Amino acid sequence: MDATILGLLLLDALQNGVVYGLLALALVLVFAVTRVILVPIGELMMFAPLSLVWLQSGRFPGTLGLALALGLLWALRERGRGRALPLLGGAGLLLLFLLARGVAPLAYLAALLLVVYLGVATYRVFFQPMREATVLALLIMAVGLHVAYQGLGLVFFGPEQFRPDPLLQGEVTVGLSWQGVLVLAFALVSVLGLYLFFRRALFGKALLAAAENRLGARLCGIRPEEAGMVAFAIASLMAALSGLLLAPLINAAYFMGFMLGLKGFVAAILGGLLSYPVAFLGALLVAVFESFTSFYASAYKDALAFLLLVPALFYQSLRAKGVEE
Amino acid sequence: MKRWLTVGLFLALPVLAQGALKVGVVVSATGPAASLGIPERNTLLLVEELLKRTGGVAGRPVQFILLDDASDTTQAVRNTRRLVEEGVVAVIGTTTTPASLGMIPVVAEAKVPMISLAASKDIIYPVDAQRYWVFKTPQTEELMARAIVADMAARGVKTVGYIGFNDAYGEGWARFFEAEARAKGIQVVASERYNRTDTSVTGQVLRILARRPEAVLIGASGTPAVLPQRTLKERGYGGLLYQTHGVANPDFLRVGGKDVEDTLLPAGPILVAEQLPGSFPSKRVALDYIQRYEARHGIGSYSTFGAHAWDAWLILKPALERALRKADPEKDLAAFRAALRDEIEATRGLVATHGVFSFSKEDHLGLRFEDAAVMVQVEGGRWKLIRTFR
Repeated sequence: MDATILGLLLLDALQNGVVYGLLALALVLVFAVTRVILVPIGELMMFAPLSLVWLQSGRFPGTLGLALALGLLWALRERGRGRALPLLGGAGLLLLFLLARGVAPLAYLAALLLVVYLGVATYRVFFQPMREATVLALLIMAVGLHVAYQGLGLVFFGPEQFRPDPLLQGEVTVGLSWQGVLVLAFALVSVLGLYLFFRRALFGKALLAAAENRLGARLCGIRPEEAGMVAFAIASLMAALSGLLLAPLINAAYFMGFMLGLKGFVAAILGGLLSYPVAFLGALLVAVFESFTSFYASAYKDALAFLLLVPALFYQSLRAKGVEE
Repeated sequence: MKRWLTVGLFLALPVLAQGALKVGVVVSATGPAASLGIPERNTLLLVEELLKRTGGVAGRPVQFILLDDASDTTQAVRNTRRLVEEGVVAVIGTTTTPASLGMIPVVAEAKVPMISLAASKDIIYPVDAQRYWVFKTPQTEELMARAIVADMAARGVKTVGYIGFNDAYGEGWARFFEAEARAKGIQVVASERYNRTDTSVTGQVLRILARRPEAVLIGASGTPAVLPQRTLKERGYGGLLYQTHGVANPDFLRVGGKDVEDTLLPAGPILVAEQLPGSFPSKRVALDYIQRYEARHGIGSYSTFGAHAWDAWLILKPALERALRKADPEKDLAAFRAALRDEIEATRGLVATHGVFSFSKEDHLGLRFEDAAVMVQVEGGRWKLIRTFR
């Protein structure tokens, strides 16, 4: 181990870590507002680049059908003017896809909005009706959706990997490509953006309030359903954007999201599913740990990364005051 | 899965009355191994069509019962039980090694001969009481590792690094490759593992680079084999890069692009059939298969994996003809299955698409190294034959 190797390992850890970190932030956000542990976030993440690849080759991805079907269910659940959002959103999405076939910049936007629409529809159709359920019931629903979305991913996109062209070619220095810089920059922007959103914007504050105290927030005129939808929209947006930026570096396939999401989940647990900064730092810790174990003992890499959960959970259980829910 | 069963039954109805020979097929037409299983399924459908035109085997109609195992071991075992109950005379399949291993006890208990389409040597070796009933057509890792090591030795490589899947495929390759390399005096200086789902292999690659091997072998299959190779290139590795025959599909070239240019890999000769010298035994059979497959599914659609299924049928057909002279499946199914097994084992010098099959009591793979492996290089996004071992 010399300085070059150390540096390259740390750079690799940084690049992976910010992605885990973004997923961890999204998980914490969704959990805080809706008490849902969003297991299918990895699938949402992979749907974005895979849909993009399909669009760029002039085909309609199966995810479009899925999103529109869920959008229809969403519209059926709403009454009166509430139907406008899913219906108009779905129509807009369809139009965008028709326009975006083969047009590169529009295809990115289409893939992004598709995943956001799908994420919000997922919340509205599956999670919102059971908003009074226990955390465990919500988790079971989330795991079920993860299995279903992953299976659909296989049906839609086949078993092989795909690689969209990177937005930026070339390397900055040894070990860091421009695309990697883009990922880092995006992470920085979204962390800053989230900070400002929650501290400065009224809507962000309302979201925090809904997370803090559901009843209190309701008394202040904040609708928890709306808060949940916004939380899902932000989480899907972050997942889709990091998926789109990451895919040229890692090759996208239907099965790739789960591991990324799981690592993000480990990081979120390190932060107690509560603290954004600790979750982000936890993500970097997981990545550094992973990077070094892949150097020293590659066969046990994932086992060791998940071993990090044990002390974190142990600490959490010692700290917990024995109050459920 | 149900769909295929219905298709199978549907095709069966008109011929059942005439005492059709039922052949069971299990392939992974869906799931992670689908890119291998789909050409296998297509190939056997092609065989079925051909048989219908030519009137079956020895005047008897043949009915394939095709079941999909969705790349899942449990489903493969369940399918096999079902096929045995249907009264099949033999089972062809399945695509993956773990599922094939799971099927062995079932066919052995029912005393039904089976021809696997999966890679691992463990499926047919050692030939014990259970594997007595099991044969297979694809080359083993051991055979292909021999080809790689022979190529390395010819290029004067002395040190080599290995990075492979953290599963049965990668471990099998590590085991056979390291043993073969040691025997030829090539030193394996690094042996790393990664997962199919990994998004970064920088740590492993750095460790390999730190040992400065003259060549690196990547023991992986399909598109996930691209990641280590790209990382090695990005980190400025300039030595020889070897892949295994598990990457011999167009998807690997599509995802790899220029990162996989100049890659060396061992392959079944059919991958480069038209480039083979005229004296190569399997050339004519391979070209015949490719022409039939492409006529149906389009130019460039054939793969080495579908050819394994074709080979399984090439072996089964004459064995069925010979067994029919010895026993009657209508009267005594058990005796016919046993006779069929004996006749498969008695196959000698059968020229197929991937080589020449000669089974024996100890050898249920039956491929000779010289006829069954060639070295191929990726050149301009195409496979190019660079060495045969004949």
